[in-house]
Amino acid sequence: MLNFIDTVGEAVAGIKDGSTVMIGGFGNAGQPFELIDALLDGGATDLTVVNNNAGQGDQGLALLIKEGRVRKMICSFPRQSDSWHFDAKYKAGEIELELVPQGNLAERIRAAGAGIGGFFTPTGYGTMLAEGKETRIIDGRGQVFETPIHADVALIKALKADGKGNLVYRKTARNFGPIMAAAAKHTIAQVSEIVPTGGLDPENVATPGIYVNSIVRVNTAAGTTEQVA
Amino acid sequence: MSIQTASFQTSDKPMGRDDLARLVARDIKPGSFVNLGIGQPTLVSNYLEPGQDITLHTENGMLGMGPVAEGDQIDGDLINAGKIPVTELPGASYFHHADSFAIMRGGHLDICVLGAFQVSATGDLANWHTGAPDAIPAVGGAMDLATGAKDVFVMMTLLTREGASKIVEACTYPLTGVGCVTRVYTDKAVFLTGPDGVQVRETFGCTLEELQALVPVPLTAAPAVER
Repeated sequence: MLNFIDTVGEAVAGIKDGSTVMIGGFGNAGQPFELIDALLDGGATDLTVVNNNAGQGDQGLALLIKEGRVRKMICSFPRQSDSWHFDAKYKAGEIELELVPQGNLAERIRAAGAGIGGFFTPTGYGTMLAEGKETRIIDGRGQVFETPIHADVALIKALKADGKGNLVYRKTARNFGPIMAAAAKHTIAQVSEIVPTGGLDPENVATPGIYVNSIVRVNTAAGTTEQVA
Repeated sequence: MSIQTASFQTSDKPMGRDDLARLVARDIKPGSFVNLGIGQPTLVSNYLEPGQDITLHTENGMLGMGPVAEGDQIDGDLINAGKIPVTELPGASYFHHADSFAIMRGGHLDICVLGAFQVSATGDLANWHTGAPDAIPAVGGAMDLATGAKDVFVMMTLLTREGASKIVEACTYPLTGVGCVTRVYTDKAVFLTGPDGVQVRETFGCTLEELQALVPVPLTAAPAVER
């Protein structure tokens, strides 16, 4: 069931304590800042968050972590020059970290959306990130068994949606959007523009509307995180 | 072991970072699909010639990446893996993260160029974690790149600040990938690594004997300069 929702607050209102939440974006590109802010205002806590990073600066995911709302991060690269809120929580032992190689993170998310029970991958074989995991030699290469990452909710950002919930993205802001939309039980997309059904070229749809549950319009200027009317 | 000297030493002084980047750029075969890691490897893009027709991949979801964006070109939706605004070249394409890493893991990339803390005699790579107990681990795409590309080139200084060789018998830092490195470009020499041990293609500012005195694994001269 697809819903068009007026405000980001209403869009995230159903997110419960203890949920696993996927958050799209790589750096600021594709990061749904307004939905994250709404999640912060909404009060849900004890969250497991799946994102490539663990927040930057004093905005978005970093604030969610600072406020103690994230119990566990599943990510590939939590350590950045401006990831001080995660650093502090991690060093204080107040946040759990599951560190996943970036391609395994993406493929585990994809597997969840595709109904795959797991897969063998050469990435990480022979390293400490494969410790305790099942391994096999396949075609002469050591491979590691990796399991899907499912989520209750995905928060993503796209450029445009149509009346059927089909999404198109912009440049490298696409990143995790399509795979997270498929992997979560409930996908909430913030988009800069909603066009009438038929207003997107079907050849260019990157996320079919079947994966999308809620759409809220937040008009950010192209290539920026600044909101415009 | 036949040790060559004169023709083998292709520079009378150690290579600087930019000279080394120029050398790596020259060694990339025309038409290749290449991923340049964050840091020193990024310098290689400055020396790729248009005639080489190299397509750059950035793992956040793009082929056909152009130079770093300047002024009005800066677009927050168009960044590289280091989160730096970049540009797109004609013929560029965008794709999601799982596709981007499938390009890598699936063996479609010809070369990736990475930095390293250590490379072992059999091409094991350590470049993501010092293993320090208080360090926050962060791996990003390093393991995917190391195991995915057909050839993995490393760029690094041969010695640590303390003077220890970064080419080692076995890595003491946590591994990024096993037996994945095929070439190591350093300030003092270019090494070819693989199951047959470490071969030296050329030296800069030292002879093979002088190089051997610095490196704790047996070195042999590569049979011919392969370019």
